[in-house]
Amino acid sequence: MAPHIAALPVIVPFIAAAGLVVVRLFDRRWLNDVIAGGGMAASFTLCVILLVRAAHHPFAYWMGGWRPIHGVTIGISLSVDPLGAGLAAFAAFLVLAALAYAVRYFDAVSGLFQALMLLFGAAMVGFCLTGDLFNLVVFFELMGAAAYALTGYLIEEQAPIQGAINFAITNSIAGYAMFIGTALLYARTGALNMAQIGHALDGHPADPLVVVAMALLFVGFLTKAAAVPVHFWLADAHAVAPVPVCVLFSGVMIDLGVYAVARLYWVIFDGTLHPHMHALRVILVCIGAVTAVLGAGMCFVQRHIKRLLAFSSISHIGMFVCGVGLLEHKALAGVGVWVVGHGLNKAALFMCAGVLLHRFATIDEYDLHGRGREVPITGVLMGIGGLLLSGVPPFTSFAGKSLMEESATSTHYGWLIAVFTICSAVTGAAVLRVTGRVFLGWGPAQGPGDEEGQQGPAQEEEDEMEDSREHTSRMMLIVPGVLLIMAMAFALVPGLVPSVESDAARFTDHAGYATWVLQGHHVPSPVLPPSHIKTEDVLFGTLSAVLAIGLAALGLFGRSLQARVPAVIRVPWTAAVHAVRGLHSGHVGDYVAWWTAAASALGAICLLVLT
Amino acid sequence: MSFIPYAVAAWLFVIGLYGVVSSQNIVRTILCLTVVQSATYVLLLAVGYRTAASAPVVADIPPVTRLVDPTVQVLVLTDIVIEATITAVLLALAAQAHKRFGSLDPDDLRPLRG
Repeated sequence: MAPHIAALPVIVPFIAAAGLVVVRLFDRRWLNDVIAGGGMAASFTLCVILLVRAAHHPFAYWMGGWRPIHGVTIGISLSVDPLGAGLAAFAAFLVLAALAYAVRYFDAVSGLFQALMLLFGAAMVGFCLTGDLFNLVVFFELMGAAAYALTGYLIEEQAPIQGAINFAITNSIAGYAMFIGTALLYARTGALNMAQIGHALDGHPADPLVVVAMALLFVGFLTKAAAVPVHFWLADAHAVAPVPVCVLFSGVMIDLGVYAVARLYWVIFDGTLHPHMHALRVILVCIGAVTAVLGAGMCFVQRHIKRLLAFSSISHIGMFVCGVGLLEHKALAGVGVWVVGHGLNKAALFMCAGVLLHRFATIDEYDLHGRGREVPITGVLMGIGGLLLSGVPPFTSFAGKSLMEESATSTHYGWLIAVFTICSAVTGAAVLRVTGRVFLGWGPAQGPGDEEGQQGPAQEEEDEMEDSREHTSRMMLIVPGVLLIMAMAFALVPGLVPSVESDAARFTDHAGYATWVLQGHHVPSPVLPPSHIKTEDVLFGTLSAVLAIGLAALGLFGRSLQARVPAVIRVPWTAAVHAVRGLHSGHVGDYVAWWTAAASALGAICLLVLT
Repeated sequence: MSFIPYAVAAWLFVIGLYGVVSSQNIVRTILCLTVVQSATYVLLLAVGYRTAASAPVVADIPPVTRLVDPTVQVLVLTDIVIEATITAVLLALAAQAHKRFGSLDPDDLRPLRG
């Protein structure tokens, strides 16, 4: 089979998007949906074909036929390996699911929405498949441009404008940091192909220029991944973007930042930074742990349901960064499995939140108190989603988490198990609390600030929907249902998790990657000892789920207990929570100030520790 | 002498970031973003420059002539296109912000917080 199909998963949605602009002449919604759905379905099928092919024999497709000669290349490659192709297929699938949901979610939407979604999807697929560093940055920017427009899609409201501007400015600056990193690496090695850069840097000790380039590239991609302290844009963007768009942001876009960090380390920097692996591990794990804890904490105190889900995504991203930061193939396999499970799960949860928003014209937890009884199926889906978030065995999140926990123990980072358990429990608890309050009417109907007449949800109630509705379409329930079933079943497919492990081992094979990209020689798949789920993993998973239920109950019924906590704990705790919430000020200048501080700090630490 | 372009690039990056952080008008923020982007152009062009070399056009000169690196110039052109797109999206959002909020001050443009 000709390798030319490697470029098609990116090109087909572009052509479909152009086709959508053309058929605006006819202005038929069904035509727009058919073209968009067809384009994305074709892209998904092609990605699956690439995945099947790459699973046995990863290959590089050179654009324009500019093949490497004697191992030196000047061409742009799509280096298709199983993890990259798998992530591309997942991205295409989620875009398809979001488009299916949007068919019934929007009462009226112009073809431009579907065109933007197709561009977004094509950029994500290209991002996962490319083997060239500058190409990666360009796809990042294209993904960003489509995302900014989609965030601000409901342009008649105030909050989407703020969310889109904050998102655009923060991520553009991240993109500029990436350009500078690329320029520095090009200056040092004369190459833009990732395998070529890695090959050129091999064998030389890490020098300050390379370390600065790495820090800039990492801070750029970690901004896309919404790691702390460059995560502020995500909560604003998720709160205001239309629900089908939030599905994509949380489901797959932020995971691509983590994927890029992993890819860059293993392909480019592993050769030169291998002696400093332990130090880099510490840096990445600390960033991940802080992100996980802060995300979980901020998640629990939210009352705007979409913002709550956004912070839970930030918390999970922190755990993924920890997994990638362990710099080990087993942890990477865990991240791969968990990313799919979390993406499907979070997509379903956002779709359930969309049902509430669509039906009741509000997304505030307290305003919706008890009203969810009209849509019980959504309640069931949300409850299942909340439990899955906490990593209940034996489903996908649990499988990913257990792989990461095993890797953490073997690299002497056992304390990460506590971080994973607590953070997944807290994020699951927040969703379960919302389910209890909205669908069962449990807990008080007034928010903590409402009694004293303080500002309630009025500030956050810029809704996508004008009036409440009587009827929720079945499609809006079927799509999240299917996604949740897939989230549960993914890790239970026999042989899937071991194949992800061996794909991850191939991903982390620095020398092997350079061989199959630059020389075109086949590198056989590494043979790994089979890994089994251990009893302590099941114990931790069950503990997570039980903790989640307990914390949810505390959140619903525990307000009277709050007064009994001694003041010496309660007062500083409330002040700390208030201070952290105050940092999320919505002001773009603050966000960029944090970004500058983070970039400088990461650069300084890397220079001190890694050279 | 040869460090000057790199110093200019670093200065533009830093002063552009300062402008974005301290700006009180969203249009000024967007233009400061353009200044930050210019730092990447200057850096890329400095990386590709060769002293006493001619422009990378090979149609009418002997093949052994020294040329500046054309790759970075292509990268800069790509960056300019990206920047133009994103600046256009941002300015459209700023125009809408003026219409909906009645103000262009980032302090006023934040209904979402916490």
